Amino acid sequence: MSALREKVIFEYSRPGRGSRDQWPEEIEHASRIPGNFKRQAPPLLPEVGELEAVRHFTRLSQMNFSIDTHFYPLGSCTMKYNPKACNQYAMLPEFLGRHPLAPASHGQGFLACMFELQEMLKEVTGMQGVSLSPMAGAHGEFAGVAMIRAYHRARADLARTEIIVPEAAHGTNPATAMMCGCSVREIRVGADGDIDVAALQAAVGPHTAGIMLTNPSTLGIFERRIEDVARIVHAAGGLLYYDGANLNAILGKVRPGDMGFDAIHMNLHKTFSTPHGGGGPGAGAVGVSSRLLPFLPIPIVGRDGERYRWLEEADMPQSIGRLSAFMGNAGVLLRAYIYMRMLGRTGMSEVGDYATLNANYLLTRLKQAGFEAAYPQRRASHEFIITLKREARELDVNAMDFAKRLLDHGFHAPTTYFPLIVPECLLIEPTETESREVLDAFADAMIRIEREAREEPEYLKGAPHNLPVRRLDDVRAAKQLDLTWKPKEGV
Amino acid sequence: MAFIPHTEAEVAEMLAAIGVASIDQLFDEIPASLRVRSLAGIPDAMNEMQIGKLMSARAQTDGRPLCFIGAGAYEHHIPAAVWAVATRGEFYSAYTPYQAEASQGTLQVIYEYQTMMASLTGMEVANASLYDGASALAEACLMAVRANRKSKAQRVLVPKSVHPHYRKVASATAGNQAVRFEEVAYSAAEGRTLASTLARFDGQDITALVIQQPNFFGVLEDVDALTDWARARNILIIAVVNPISLALLKPPGQWGAGGADIVVGEGQPLGVPLCSGGPYFGFMTTRMAHVRQMPGRLVGRTVDVSGRDGFTLTLQAREQHIRRARATSNICTNQGLLVTAATIYMSLMGPQGLARVARASHARACELSGALTRVPGVRNVFPSPYFHEFVVALDRPVAPVLQRLADRGILAGFDLAEHYPELGHALLVCATETKTSAEIERYANALGDVMKAARAA
Repeated sequence: MSALREKVIFEYSRPGRGSRDQWPEEIEHASRIPGNFKRQAPPLLPEVGELEAVRHFTRLSQMNFSIDTHFYPLGSCTMKYNPKACNQYAMLPEFLGRHPLAPASHGQGFLACMFELQEMLKEVTGMQGVSLSPMAGAHGEFAGVAMIRAYHRARADLARTEIIVPEAAHGTNPATAMMCGCSVREIRVGADGDIDVAALQAAVGPHTAGIMLTNPSTLGIFERRIEDVARIVHAAGGLLYYDGANLNAILGKVRPGDMGFDAIHMNLHKTFSTPHGGGGPGAGAVGVSSRLLPFLPIPIVGRDGERYRWLEEADMPQSIGRLSAFMGNAGVLLRAYIYMRMLGRTGMSEVGDYATLNANYLLTRLKQAGFEAAYPQRRASHEFIITLKREARELDVNAMDFAKRLLDHGFHAPTTYFPLIVPECLLIEPTETESREVLDAFADAMIRIEREAREEPEYLKGAPHNLPVRRLDDVRAAKQLDLTWKPKEGV
Repeated sequence: MAFIPHTEAEVAEMLAAIGVASIDQLFDEIPASLRVRSLAGIPDAMNEMQIGKLMSARAQTDGRPLCFIGAGAYEHHIPAAVWAVATRGEFYSAYTPYQAEASQGTLQVIYEYQTMMASLTGMEVANASLYDGASALAEACLMAVRANRKSKAQRVLVPKSVHPHYRKVASATAGNQAVRFEEVAYSAAEGRTLASTLARFDGQDITALVIQQPNFFGVLEDVDALTDWARARNILIIAVVNPISLALLKPPGQWGAGGADIVVGEGQPLGVPLCSGGPYFGFMTTRMAHVRQMPGRLVGRTVDVSGRDGFTLTLQAREQHIRRARATSNICTNQGLLVTAATIYMSLMGPQGLARVARASHARACELSGALTRVPGVRNVFPSPYFHEFVVALDRPVAPVLQRLADRGILAGFDLAEHYPELGHALLVCATETKTSAEIERYANALGDVMKAARAA
């Protein structure tokens, strides 16, 4: 991190300055737009030269952590390396320039990639059909629950409007259920981290639309009784939704389709290594069992003989419909396609292997150093939870202090305070692309911070110390909302 | 091994430290009956050189035709600096800025973006973006239901002149929450929505009215009259706008006497490549009074413990990771990388450059309209003012004509037959600043040839 402070771009602005070489020529013509439609005052955009803009945004980039610069053990987020080839070959000019409504005759190359991506995702998840159009994980969840609702409606089974979620679920699960017009019922997780099957049995009934599950769960452990869960929910007339956030853990090892799931979403920006981009774009392709095939969101790529084409409403009259203006995040899908082709069959299961090896190794190192695992009797999947409740009790430092101090050590913080059912938790996911030295360095940093908590707790609580800013006043941010720059403050 | 750095010796040491004999043993909690036996459908791995050849061949198959299609995605010149900077690893491979101290770059970019979008649309506040323009409209309709406390009906009026895909996405998304969408007819003579058509809703409980400017036909709606009609009846106004056009056209915040309430649109024209439909970004701006009903992320400026200015995500109590089932939306993402590109684009363009792009696009569209309507058998459909897109009618079915032009490397527009059969053989065409006079002439000449050949056949 070199830059410590960078002005807001409007503070560089000077009237009359501009990056003129980037502007089009002025064309002499008579405007046909009447005056009453026209803008009177220009918008507040900066007037800067190209070099000023390039320096400004480059400096801003240097105020970020990123995978390319830092280890990012962010549980549930799968921050693995984003291969450069995936970016380069997805940005070939023909792909970038292709209009979304261009005819299939001018898209056979692109459509072939998308068709093969659908097929590979079906194979690796054990599902019967795939649609690529959802644009993020939560968007895929929406598609999945909407399909479950459409399925029950098509059978005139109208009372099924309740979605069951475990209490440790991602916040998107209950939020999605509500967006789909369902109510939410939370069920308990047992002391061993598995779902309380008796509680599930008691919860299901004629009102059950389905259950939303992550497996391995958000606790970083494999739900061992998944076959019982599937049997109970199906017997009650409900369907099973698989939240694909943790698919990386089981890639090539076990498939959601074989576990009994009816609908799944895949976070291609996690498992298939497309970039997070500072908060998006993602891609949340969905897969379904044969029960839900007719309801997949459109468009889907189909093949007639040797030709690829879009399947739309006419081909899929029961579809839940269209979720994006065109076909979703095509450029992200291309990156996922390239990544999957580079992994190939063997690479696919090596992902699960090494993600799991790295997680269990780092857990072992931290346990040996005296940190407390939330589920010490269980095998870690691709991620695991450390609870700092003892440190909080004895030393009056918390998970947030550890997280912020890790930033000073050059490590992005793990996920903190999620899942909500484990106090003072750090959810740690190293991913398969990190080397053993990096894992060791992270463990060493945790040990140093633990020592600091005993010797110099006030310094720890003031962390971070080495970043562009220290802890920010979030209360002030929410109470005195400052969401846009105002000219009177500047120039 | 694909992007896995471990040596065999390291694997052995790591397994020994864990206390297991093999990697496979780490999966011993998974029931054996569920373990994958083969992935026969996944092809063999390719190295970087092999995948490079494959992708280049596929790209060449698609070619680079001359494109006059708009219909919600627009080709504009993208300065080289935009993606050279946006694809820096520190932007490209960063996560969501939840750890604010380690994400000041991304957060400040979003704050600058919010400032630019709010001003461009003439509103007070912008969020950090949504998936795309169509899904942003869906979210705006749900937001209007929350924000309009005077309305109980959950009814949203949507003119038929709004992009047909947007209408479909809105109903697929909001339909499950019992929001009712009602179509408003457009004037067949003018290609726009008339305030007089809305009179049949007088006295009814309506939650919101959607107004797209320019509308799907490229035509400029009488936004002042429509806005005033809605405001007088406590109906919220949701504007759907093209951001490039706003350098030239009145911003929604100034429509009519009171302005629009929620503004959304497709951000793609601001420096994002066409790329078969995505990733793009949807923008959303509104009045400060509605900020707590807004979905999606927001960045605010605040101070750190030592009094230094800094940026952070704020008002997160609206969002799913805090509020769970009671969140304003299930959305987590913003299209961060695209917002980064758009912020760089708007910075390079500035107010003057953006206005020049808008004027040049309008000029090329006028030139194209003149050239096409001189072709025998082609006529202009709507006499109304337009921005950079317009409808022409042919004297014969559009689809075969389009296919013949495509065979000659020209994508001549979007066939309206499926969505607007009442318009006959109608074609939606677009020109932006990227089109030269020579290219417009090439299109018009080719169209003339194809029409002539069709008449002769």
